[in-house]
Amino acid sequence: MKGNEMKGPKQLKPQDTKKTLLRLFSYFKFNKILLISGILFIILSSVAEIGINAMLSPVIDTLVGDFNSNRFIMYLAIMGILVLAIALSQYIGNLFMAKLAQKTVHKIREEMFSHMEKLPVSYFDKHSHGELMSTFTNDVDMLNQSLEQSVSQVLISIVTVVGTFAMMLILSPIMTIAVAVMLALMLLVVKNIGQKSSKNFRNQQTAIAGMNGYIEEMMSGQKVVKVFNYEDRAIESFNEKNEELRKASTQASTFGVMLMPIMGNLSFVKYAVISMLGAYLVMKSRFSIGNLASFLQYTRTISRPITQVSNQLNTLFAALAGAERIFKVLDEKIEVDNGDVTLVNELKDLHWRVPTTGGKFELVPLKGDITFKDVDFGYAPDKQVLKKVNLYAKPGQKIAFVGSTGAGKTTITNLINRFYEINDGSILYDGIDIKRINKFDLRSTMSIVLQDVHLFEGTVADNIRYGRLEATDEEVKAAAKLANAHYFIKHLPEGYNTILTADGQNLSQGERQLLSIARAAVADPTILILDEATSSVDTRTEKLISEGMDKLMSGRTTFVIAHRLSTVRDSNAIMVLEQGEIIERGDHDELMNQKGRYYSLNAGVVELE
Amino acid sequence: MRKLLPFMKKYMRYAILCPILMVLEVIADIAIPYLMSLIVDVGIANRDINYVIKIGSIMIFAALLGMTFGIISSYYGATAGFGFSAEIRKTVFKKVQSYSFSNLDKFSVSSLITRLTNDCNMLGQVAMMSLRMAVRAPFMMIFALIMALSINAPLASVFMIAIPVTVVLLGIIMVKARPIFIKMQSRVDRVNAIIQENLIGIRVVKSFNRQTHEENRFKERNDSLRDTALKAISTIMFLFPVLTIVTYATIIAVLWFGGKQVVSGSMGSGELVSFITYITQILMSLMMLSFFFMQLLRGSASAARIVEVLETDSEILEDVNPVTEIKNGSVSFNNVSFAYPLSAEKALKNINLEIKPGETIGIIGSTGSSKSTLVQLIPRLYDASEGSVSVGGVNVKKYNIKTLRDKVAFVLQKNVLFSGTIRENMKWGNENATDEQIINALKQSQAWEFVSKYNDTLDYKVEQGGDNFSGGQKQRLTIARALIKSPKIIILDDSTSAVDITTDAKIQRTFKEELEDITTIIIAQRISSIQHSDRILVMNEGEIVSIGSHEELMINSPIYNEIYESQQKGVVG
Repeated sequence: MKGNEMKGPKQLKPQDTKKTLLRLFSYFKFNKILLISGILFIILSSVAEIGINAMLSPVIDTLVGDFNSNRFIMYLAIMGILVLAIALSQYIGNLFMAKLAQKTVHKIREEMFSHMEKLPVSYFDKHSHGELMSTFTNDVDMLNQSLEQSVSQVLISIVTVVGTFAMMLILSPIMTIAVAVMLALMLLVVKNIGQKSSKNFRNQQTAIAGMNGYIEEMMSGQKVVKVFNYEDRAIESFNEKNEELRKASTQASTFGVMLMPIMGNLSFVKYAVISMLGAYLVMKSRFSIGNLASFLQYTRTISRPITQVSNQLNTLFAALAGAERIFKVLDEKIEVDNGDVTLVNELKDLHWRVPTTGGKFELVPLKGDITFKDVDFGYAPDKQVLKKVNLYAKPGQKIAFVGSTGAGKTTITNLINRFYEINDGSILYDGIDIKRINKFDLRSTMSIVLQDVHLFEGTVADNIRYGRLEATDEEVKAAAKLANAHYFIKHLPEGYNTILTADGQNLSQGERQLLSIARAAVADPTILILDEATSSVDTRTEKLISEGMDKLMSGRTTFVIAHRLSTVRDSNAIMVLEQGEIIERGDHDELMNQKGRYYSLNAGVVELE
Repeated sequence: MRKLLPFMKKYMRYAILCPILMVLEVIADIAIPYLMSLIVDVGIANRDINYVIKIGSIMIFAALLGMTFGIISSYYGATAGFGFSAEIRKTVFKKVQSYSFSNLDKFSVSSLITRLTNDCNMLGQVAMMSLRMAVRAPFMMIFALIMALSINAPLASVFMIAIPVTVVLLGIIMVKARPIFIKMQSRVDRVNAIIQENLIGIRVVKSFNRQTHEENRFKERNDSLRDTALKAISTIMFLFPVLTIVTYATIIAVLWFGGKQVVSGSMGSGELVSFITYITQILMSLMMLSFFFMQLLRGSASAARIVEVLETDSEILEDVNPVTEIKNGSVSFNNVSFAYPLSAEKALKNINLEIKPGETIGIIGSTGSSKSTLVQLIPRLYDASEGSVSVGGVNVKKYNIKTLRDKVAFVLQKNVLFSGTIRENMKWGNENATDEQIINALKQSQAWEFVSKYNDTLDYKVEQGGDNFSGGQKQRLTIARALIKSPKIIILDDSTSAVDITTDAKIQRTFKEELEDITTIIIAQRISSIQHSDRILVMNEGEIVSIGSHEELMINSPIYNEIYESQQKGVVG
């Protein structure tokens, strides 16, 4: 992948929290009932939990004062009911929130995938697979976790804090103020540690990114390491990075983990202060023992949510930053397709339906005529690859491109099917500007056979049928025969039903090439774009492949990036490319007579002989 | 998991101190509810304000002490945990460096990456969690139980029911949830697989207009992931309500039985309140334990993968008294046969071959004819199964491996460059190479032609894997990198396949004219790359079927003729 932009540590903090949150919330729209009832049940469970703590005070007071057995039993029964209420609403509330999280994430994943399918090819040049995969997996995962836990935890915390405060106020305003002061002090500590922690967290992420990058690179090149006796040097720089990571992780984690004992014990301090104050008030008879018991219970309840939320904060921020990356992918511009020319089946033949003014249209028969007029193109604005390219291909003609690596051969073929948009000039298809043609229809008339064959998980037949989904078994077999693939497929353990593993790794390079020819054949395209394979194929298979390709080419307009002399020789026209320009054109004999670049390319072979 | 414990050695001090301090923290934490009960039952009951202040101050002191222990303990825990994973990572990396090619074939690159990153991190996390939770939870439970017993032994008998019930219920939920979580993982893998597939094959998808088809395929997998995830969640979500019910049921029971004792005066109300606090602590620690076991479960898979790496040894062993000098670049194969590990079929059969110093040898043959296998035996990337391979008249097994590989340069078929500058990459061949030497090598491999065009020439940045170069440029750079070693033998394994014919011819000429002292072995698909070699080996199915010059082979080798014929329609570039 060209241009790995994201080499450094990932963004940890969201850039625009509010915007991201609002956008996230918009996903809940589809599940309003889940969201609202989830929230209600969670609120219900925390209210019931406050209620049960509030019951402690009257229960204990009945024991201390005049004992009333009936009232005691009644209180206990109420507590029992409350417990069931808590358990039930806890289950339903958590479940609903989790469902909401799952459904949201499910939807986001679906949107991301379908958006990815629509992104222009140039996007994939600029972004590495690893980067996209990480957004798809890690960021989505993180978001799921946060939605599942953090949202309900924050909710519970708010309800608990508010409810508990209310109950405390009822019991004793003076003691509540004391609690509030202590809490404020605790929050100050949390904030301080939080700041330290997020700084260390960032350092850790940088160290992790550095370490992972190094590991990835070294493992990929491990055989080179061996051949160059590089092991000791590799170990040395690995150890340096490893030590760096260890220190950064230890520091980051210490601050994170520290929060627990600090908050826990500070809440004990608070507890002690409150109990002393409470005891004093009880002795002054301004407070009952039962109330003190309840109040003390409240002081404990109120610090728990604060610890929890502060614990969640780092995760929450990381999740939001991830959500931002997800939305960034979703906001990437998709391929433009405003073509109004469509392909229609009229009079038993395919025609282009070209709208003209006043709602009328004109039918142009599909023939496969391609013309380039002064085409300029560059992958990046400052790097022009093609300069003023002019060429034409009449229906059924074969055009070969010849030239050294980087001359622009592949680029030309990528423009015909509009993988990339040209900067200037125009490309005409049967006389129609391809920008006017609906992309789906444009591509449905073309097939590409790439040098790097990519197959999909599924059976051999599935992979051939990829060219035309509705092809019958007979048609699939016929295509395989045409491509010379039938013979090897027959010898696979399950024939056409053999399952191919990820990217067809259980097939040889040559077999994969044959399959990709069959795939193109079943599509029966008007225009064929071929990138002939260079090496890594043995001679016999090479022969099969070239025969297959020759059969496939007959009767179609073909653009071929040629490596075989035979292909070049019988082409209608040969384009010799150098640095984005067609420097020579003509058929084989004409070019040999010109004694130019083409001649010397051939002479290179001659001289070696 | 146990096999990995020795890696804790370096951080043992922290690993021991962390739980000890933790226990001290727990003791302080446990004492607090008891102290509180004293305030209520003794201080308030006797209206003794001094007593209340005294106990209260002890409480604060205990809490501060607990906090100090807690902070130090978490620092030690993190130190031990991350130290542990760093030690493991270091050892695994070192181990992988010692791997032979066949070891590397066994583990795929991506699996080694996962082991070094995710698995090592996971183990560090588990270690840290174990140090904290596995010690904290049982201690917390035991101390809380002791306190509860000392407050009121008969009342503490509620735990004899509450604890087993909790353990059983948590156990049931976890046993039920486990297989669903495993299934969920495989669903996640399926979703990731299709994303990966589409990322790689996006051009194919687009050119065949299969976006909708792929979206439907994805949807099916995405839906089944959601369904399994929902199932897993609805199971695991039972944890909290179950714990809530058990905890409060125990509290109500304690209120019921304890309440009667309070009424009869045999128990203080403060004691009752602190007893309730202990209930929460005991049941919470049980929950902590169950989380810990779940962590351990996740960690054990990682541990198994790490141990697998550590227990794999390279079978390429160095001689006890190794030879450290190579006399000349001659190579000989005596009755060499070779089979890849786990393969019954012989990849090489009875190879006999003598190569003179400075000779240029071409090797040609179809894929699977073991051309690469043959040459990989020379720098001992693999060891011959039978027979012997010698370099400079000495069996390769007698050499110091470093010496051997320094003098036998090997340009791999699947070659990579590393991120850094061109100069840094070239120095892989020789750490002390001067710019002059580097430029010379680049010239010899025809790479200087494009490198010299960069503004920063040798300082030009190479991206990871060398992705910012074309295939041909990359091959020329890797040949230069090998030449910098100033080897006695150089092996090019299909290393000019992406180089255009004219440049390829220039490279071949350089080898023939400038580097005539170096024994050169070239594997190629194109006859033009090797036809000027002194001798050409034609290989077929693990055997050398013909040897001779281009002219000789044209006369007496049918296979060579067949290849030649097919390529005469040959390559243009």
